Amino acid sequence: MHCLTKALLTLNGGGRCYTGLTCLNGARALSRGFCNSGAAERGESNKNENELYDIIISGGGMVGTAMACSLGMDPNLAGKKILLLEAGNKKIMDKVPEGYGTRVSSINPGSANLLSGIGAWDHIVNLRCKPYQRMQVWDACSDALITFDKENLEDEMAYIVENDVIVAALTKQLDTLPDQVKVQYRTKVVKYTWPKSYQVADSIPWVQVKLASGETLQTKLLIGADGPNSMVRKEAGIPTVKWNYDQSAVVAVLKLSEPTENNVAWQRFLPTGPIAMLPLSDTLSSLVWSTSHRHAEELLELDEESFVDAINSAFWSNDNHSELIETAGSLFRTALSFLMPSGTSARQLPPSVAGIGPKSRVMFPLGMGHASEYIRHRVALIGDAAHRVHPLAGQGANLGFGDVACLTKVLSQAAFNGQDLGAMQHLLEYETERQRHNLPMMAAIDLMKRLYSTNVAPVVLLRTLGLQATNAVPPVKEQIMAFASK
Amino acid sequence: EGGGSRIECDYPTPSVQLDYETCPQTIRSASQSTLDPSEAKKFQLLANKWWDERGEFAALHSMNSLRVPFIRDNLLNVHGGRQLGKPLSSIRILDVGCGGGLLTEPLGRLGADVLGIDPVEDSIRTAELHVSFDPVLQEQVRYRACTLEELSEEEAEGFDAVVASEVVEHLADLDTFALCCHQVLKPGGSLFITTLNKTNLSYALGIVAAERLLRIVPSGTHEWEKFISPSTAINYALHAVKPREALQSDHAQPPPQPSQTEG
Repeated sequence: MHCLTKALLTLNGGGRCYTGLTCLNGARALSRGFCNSGAAERGESNKNENELYDIIISGGGMVGTAMACSLGMDPNLAGKKILLLEAGNKKIMDKVPEGYGTRVSSINPGSANLLSGIGAWDHIVNLRCKPYQRMQVWDACSDALITFDKENLEDEMAYIVENDVIVAALTKQLDTLPDQVKVQYRTKVVKYTWPKSYQVADSIPWVQVKLASGETLQTKLLIGADGPNSMVRKEAGIPTVKWNYDQSAVVAVLKLSEPTENNVAWQRFLPTGPIAMLPLSDTLSSLVWSTSHRHAEELLELDEESFVDAINSAFWSNDNHSELIETAGSLFRTALSFLMPSGTSARQLPPSVAGIGPKSRVMFPLGMGHASEYIRHRVALIGDAAHRVHPLAGQGANLGFGDVACLTKVLSQAAFNGQDLGAMQHLLEYETERQRHNLPMMAAIDLMKRLYSTNVAPVVLLRTLGLQATNAVPPVKEQIMAFASK
Repeated sequence: EGGGSRIECDYPTPSVQLDYETCPQTIRSASQSTLDPSEAKKFQLLANKWWDERGEFAALHSMNSLRVPFIRDNLLNVHGGRQLGKPLSSIRILDVGCGGGLLTEPLGRLGADVLGIDPVEDSIRTAELHVSFDPVLQEQVRYRACTLEELSEEEAEGFDAVVASEVVEHLADLDTFALCCHQVLKPGGSLFITTLNKTNLSYALGIVAAERLLRIVPSGTHEWEKFISPSTAINYALHAVKPREALQSDHAQPPPQPSQTEG
């Protein structure tokens, strides 16, 4: 490991053997080179030249655009040629539209810091965002609940921001960096050609990116930010662990029955899947209802009134309660209230819904995915291309922004050390750091999803008692919040 | 070791005085050249292996994470930072014994104008080929197949810094080396040396373990007899550099160079 070599370096008179360990590390890493890459021969490119970039980012979504901004603003990367490729159109938003977008993300303080550091947060605040201070998560099969809030209720826990707003704000910031970062919209990539892992005769040592327009670009480092069905990841042959959840999420904008302070995020675990209501404004909230494919389709076909009824009933009804669980639950709660008087919370009910917003409801399938390697020689994956999670914890975008922060830091240091940006040595640091953070989070989210997917009594009892116990122990909750805020 | 006071009083004036008493009289040929043919042959055979990061030169690749910051930070101390993204811009560096350009390229990426020299022509070819794919870097980095003596006859006082990394343990004649460095360095220029120390431990680890047991380094790369101790290295280095005119005085001004030994 890298830190092991550093530890050994501090020993004096240690001879040269310390380098051996970095070599072993490097050897392990370099075995991931491409054995048969079909690397292009130099003679093929007669023109002078296929343009050579230092970094090409493939994919201009939230995470890809944030990466471009972050690299463009880094002082150590000044003078490097950076290019962002996006298949869609440029997203410009001078003023927020009246209607709210249906796709929203929960932005935690860590991500807000990153966005603020790259100058996009101001644009977001000027457009539209909603901070919230509390989160209540409760079960449909029992009375168990857990609430998260900052001690000082004036501090925000996180922000709900529409995805369109985030992308538009980042695009606006990118417009201020035309010398540092080039962007090509409406550009599709058709082929990637990978280099050999070290200099062999006349083969081109760079990644080649062939566009639909016929142009071929070359880059020293390719960053794949092209979403859960990443072409970069597929073409690099990186093995991915993934499965479908047999669930789809239905999203919509909800009109509340009456204006309220609306600074609480609500999520209830139904046996079919969690339903969440996230605040957008005093009168509007965003719905994210994960449920089976069939139920999701049915929900989309309901008329507005029935749909609203379904939502309210999902949040309010106690049909799923069973006597056994209720008794057990309340006994446990009484016991807890003796041990930790402040540890129990009264269950509050979310605001009732009166209608839905003008944009139609949408559904999209859910799944879990994790690339077993985030990097290869001259390639790095960030965002959903590397990891895809269930929306129940609101962490998808935040994990992506965490990747952006880490990779920027690693590349900045590498540039300051005069290193070739595509070299494995520092890319490995990025992968290690992020996998260490992302994997526990993903495991926890998947576990939660499975735990709450059933109404079999023993499991319900287990999670009821577990949830109540966790709610009663503030230090544990603080740890959870801290981990989710990074 | 040796007379410590030598450093104070015997400060080199433009005509160099070398203090032979303090140089270990070990196996040194009497040649006036720094090139040792047997050493050159070793590297000739490996000329195309330079850039394989897990090949014979893997140790040198990983050493870059130490020696590049070392050189960069010390040069920044002396010259101050230049442009963002190119901290060493407009600094002229000579990389002696550059081999395939493993250290030359990072220095070039940091903005310095680097000339890499090596007596082994095939290594220079490898270095030139490797850099030829990067047009921006090609502007910063040049290579020449020659020895330091040949260069010192042409480029007097041309360089802000000379880097001899993992080189002095392969040279035939360190006195000539110091003399040539003196000739090519600007007043106030820096000399960077990295090499192995000469201790029992460096024998155990650098020769026995690294070459014979773990095979990190090809067998026969190093000869323990040619290792030098830090004080010897400093002695040579002090004779190789020269102060800026304004600072020259009877009392020694320690020149702005660090000499680093490891192992």
